[in-house]
Amino acid sequence: MIKYLFAKNEDIPPGSAAIFFGFSSILWFIVGTGLGSFNAAKLAFPDFVTGIEMLSFGHMRQVHVLAVILGWISMAFAMAMMYITPALGNTRLWSEKLGIWNCFIWNLGLGLGLTLLWFGMSSGREYSDMIWPIDLAIIFGILTPLCLNVVMTIKTRRTQGIYTTNWFFGAATFMVIVVFTVGNSPEFFQLTGLTEAYLTWWFAHNVLGLWITPVAAAISYYIVPKVTGNPLYSHRIGHLHFWSVVVFYSTPAAHHLMSAPLPEWLKSFASVEGVLILVPAIAFVSNLLLTMSGKWKMFVENVEIKFTITGVLMAIPLNMQGGFQQTRAINWYIHGTGWIVAHAHLALLGFSTFLEAAAVYYGLQTLLRRKLYSLALANFHFWMLLVGFTTYWISMTIAGLIQGAGKIYEVPYIDVVIAEHPYMIARWVGGTMVFLGNCVWLFNMWKTMRQGTLIPAGRLPHELAYER
Amino acid sequence: MAFREYTIGARMFGIAFGTSMFITLYMPASDMRNVSVTETGLHRQLGFGRVGGFSYEDPFLQGKAKPLTVGITKDPKTGAGIEVTRAYVYHAGVPFPNGIRHPIILGDKPTAKSLTLGKIEQADDTKGAVFVVREIDEGGETIPYIENVTATRGWTPDAVMKVASNENTFQIGKGKIMFIREGCWWCHTLLPEQTQDWQYFGAPPMLGDFNGESPTAFGSDRKAPDLTHVGSRNSSREWMIMHFFNPRLVQPHSIMPRYDYLWGEKDANGNAINFDQWRTEYNQYVANARVYPPEVPVPATDSEAHALIDFVLNLK
Repeated sequence: MIKYLFAKNEDIPPGSAAIFFGFSSILWFIVGTGLGSFNAAKLAFPDFVTGIEMLSFGHMRQVHVLAVILGWISMAFAMAMMYITPALGNTRLWSEKLGIWNCFIWNLGLGLGLTLLWFGMSSGREYSDMIWPIDLAIIFGILTPLCLNVVMTIKTRRTQGIYTTNWFFGAATFMVIVVFTVGNSPEFFQLTGLTEAYLTWWFAHNVLGLWITPVAAAISYYIVPKVTGNPLYSHRIGHLHFWSVVVFYSTPAAHHLMSAPLPEWLKSFASVEGVLILVPAIAFVSNLLLTMSGKWKMFVENVEIKFTITGVLMAIPLNMQGGFQQTRAINWYIHGTGWIVAHAHLALLGFSTFLEAAAVYYGLQTLLRRKLYSLALANFHFWMLLVGFTTYWISMTIAGLIQGAGKIYEVPYIDVVIAEHPYMIARWVGGTMVFLGNCVWLFNMWKTMRQGTLIPAGRLPHELAYER
Repeated sequence: MAFREYTIGARMFGIAFGTSMFITLYMPASDMRNVSVTETGLHRQLGFGRVGGFSYEDPFLQGKAKPLTVGITKDPKTGAGIEVTRAYVYHAGVPFPNGIRHPIILGDKPTAKSLTLGKIEQADDTKGAVFVVREIDEGGETIPYIENVTATRGWTPDAVMKVASNENTFQIGKGKIMFIREGCWWCHTLLPEQTQDWQYFGAPPMLGDFNGESPTAFGSDRKAPDLTHVGSRNSSREWMIMHFFNPRLVQPHSIMPRYDYLWGEKDANGNAINFDQWRTEYNQYVANARVYPPEVPVPATDSEAHALIDFVLNLK
């Protein structure tokens, strides 16, 4: 990577930036899930590694969250954008060199930011925990170059129209800059009180709604038609999805603070808009599942489709929960409990991770011109992720319902802690499975790069038979 | 190829996204800026100081440049007895909270009273100042405001510290930094839920309880009791000391981490704390090889543990 930083743009092989982003994202995924597993162990066994400030739960919890969001998920997004956007425009990436620098600064900045966070240098605001100098570095050093590269690649395309995936990529890279800038303004301008609390959750909501969800969905709009060979079921339903994300998903931020003393109109408005999240969700899921028609055997036989469709199917429980759990009728019971933790992992580890994993699997094979090293290891990875996540999700959902019941029946809190203990152990086991699966994934992709069968010119990776 | 054919789409995107931002940012912000601060809100921000997270004065979150909270019973100037008064001492160089720097955020009436009766605009953070919270009844309404007692009564920070006893001096501002840095708020919320929770954990906060405070650190993922009013439920410093040092001493089923590392190297008597020995003896106690657990050292006044306990005990 270092040698390309100072090479001429023309001398850098196309796809280099995407390859670096791909491997970086897998590494950050291992770091993030490893931290998650460690943290979960501490919740199950509180005297596991004790007495060291740097290894205490309160110093590591936020590092896990941001390593996964800004390292794994967002870098996998950057990887997907850097090969899918040019592919859909029948062109090359606008600037491969900018992409390489983007990846380099991203790894450096994120490593620095997470280290500072680990030492306790925090803004004290969930999801926007990073201190404001790091926030500025993320906005101007990471997100702006990414947006520039994606938008300019779309602009210099050699096709007539812009495909659905690229609407989402272009719009999301722009919106995430706005979200980071506005969401961190309490730190830039020393805003306080309820405004600060509201903007904290405005950020947390929109970084999911305008960045993670639409970009993950956009990946599946590419992978499913590309690998199955079916055209997208409906361009117009894609329109409905896109516009309803912009209009509905950007507004319900206040539903995260239903028990806070915010203006009542704001909470009611957010709650109604929150239910309307079902519009983009249903448009997205139905469009993708109908695109699969006649090719459902690939759900079993093809790794990329297996990952993608699993992610798409997870969007169904995700949005059913998301749409309704924020209404006053349900929120009072499950707010602040493990149910929400389970829901957040359904969004990030269920729905979105499976889609990004598909993009990285498919992208690295395409760019390296190498067939996947081992189908068996990929299947092992898939099942470790799926079973590990499901274990996590079920155990945390049950723990959340116990907490909810404890909350309304005024059970002494310690009894809730005792009742949750088995589920804390199950959560740790599930998280550890995900971590181990990812280590196997890195091995598989490394072997693919070194020893995968070369893909002949003019062929696509999924057209070749697996060898192992 | 240019964006020509997408001009309409791009404009529609601008309108849709702009409207969304107008409704979710401008409208709530203009509504919330009219919120009038409560007495609780004034006490909170004066106790916490300017920022509870990263700042220039305190980049590594060690609790530097924070105010002291003292309870005094004597007038520092005249020496005459007064009823118990809670004063917030800002030594020279300690930045003022937002309610002093930008009084407009307190709401119309508290701002007016703080400026006219409280003379807060005369406070100078390069020289230090002392603030108290006052109330005035006007037209059947109780209006809380901040009084800069350095200007109105000549109570300088040094004079106030002279009449304050050690037991009545609290490092709440430093303690809040510890609360943020150590991630207490990942498990303990500072916001009761809208349920019967209120009967268990106390009254929910009011609209104006947070003006001037940052970060509010409500917390979202509750794995432990709410702490909004913990100081009213349990005001025992001895219990807190044992609980922070090793929560399993007072609650065998607790999953809270041990915060013994906040004690620093020496205890309140200036003796070095031998953590290894303590842990060995504690493990013997757990294994039933000892009848009693080892004695928990009392944290030194300048230790981080002391400040954190000050903060928690003052969440009333």
